[in-house]
Amino acid sequence: MYDSGKIISGLIIFLIIATAPIWYTAASGGTTKGPEPEIITTEKQCVRDTDYMRHDHMELLNEWRDQVVRGDDRVYTTASGRKFEKSLSNTCMSCHPNKSEFCDRCHNYMGVDPYCWSCHIEPKGGSR
Amino acid sequence: MKVRRRTFIKAAGLTALSVAGGKAVAQRYDAESWLSTGGLKAKRWAMVIDLRKCNEQHGCTDCINACHHTHNVPKFEDRKHEIKWVWKDSFEHAFIEQENEHIPEELKRSHVLMLCNHCDNPPCVSVCPTQSTWKREEDGIVMMDWHRCIGCRYCVVACPYGSRSFNWVDPREHISEINPDFPTRTKGVVEKCTFCEERLAKGKLPACVEACRKRFAGGEDTTPALIFGDLEDPNSEVRQLLKANFTIRRKPGLGTEPEVYYIV
Repeated sequence: MYDSGKIISGLIIFLIIATAPIWYTAASGGTTKGPEPEIITTEKQCVRDTDYMRHDHMELLNEWRDQVVRGDDRVYTTASGRKFEKSLSNTCMSCHPNKSEFCDRCHNYMGVDPYCWSCHIEPKGGSR
Repeated sequence: MKVRRRTFIKAAGLTALSVAGGKAVAQRYDAESWLSTGGLKAKRWAMVIDLRKCNEQHGCTDCINACHHTHNVPKFEDRKHEIKWVWKDSFEHAFIEQENEHIPEELKRSHVLMLCNHCDNPPCVSVCPTQSTWKREEDGIVMMDWHRCIGCRYCVVACPYGSRSFNWVDPREHISEINPDFPTRTKGVVEKCTFCEERLAKGKLPACVEACRKRFAGGEDTTPALIFGDLEDPNSEVRQLLKANFTIRRKPGLGTEPEVYYIV
């Protein structure tokens, strides 16, 4: 093999550069844990259970949107029989007014950019 | 106890529509009661505008202000960008088919309040390619789903009344005071009056009608210039007014069957 020294050292340098982000995070004490949205409400129970909300809140919001706008069907009854208005701004955000610590943390981590907020209004003074 | 209260609120809701000149109808509902009782219902919502009364209140814009604040309607200096839900224009612009030259001076000079006519046969609905505008079968309101509007502006062209406006720029920066309870629109979306369907659902009258009631509440004659009600109910206030007065509608010859009636 010609120039084996150069090739192998080149490969090693390439591998170090390519995996640098991993080493950097490990060395700087960074974490590979997921995002931790901050829940500041005193309510004990969301309209659905935490697992469902974590994975499928966007489905629920889409359903609510269609039912309210197209079906004039505005009242959501939870499994325990409580009634809520199907509304992102008035119901969801009344418990979670801290959009930047609640919505944005996961959305930024996942790299998604929902366009809810180009029309719906973020509660004022919700973020700390 | 709970049932009694509920019955009372239901009865209050029913009377809300039928009682003429009933003051502060909306206040009979407390904040959350609509969740169990539902809102105001009708088979066919319609509006009567008494132009005589309206013009007696020289230059009054209470209804326009109330509507535009409630619905976060932006205000533009440049008329090319103008967004209108409720607006005023001259009699000859509003009723172009009324071409009689020698009509009463005060009528000629009057300003006519205009809004979406919520037509029985709405041309905007027939042309919408995404069904983001449609006529609600249960009460006749011509609805809009701003989530679905693709901004093609066919409806703007189809509407013979100029009731639809297109957002050429982001409207947010042009709203002086944002009402957090109602969304704004975004660039590239058409908007118009929805007869305050979101307020009706919560047992409240349209914002313009409520503002007009407030205006007239203190005076001798408390019947406001804007009256809203069920056209299918023969005992409703609108039907009584239509029976007692001669009314005209904008461009009736087009066959769109507007549901906003004017007493001149």
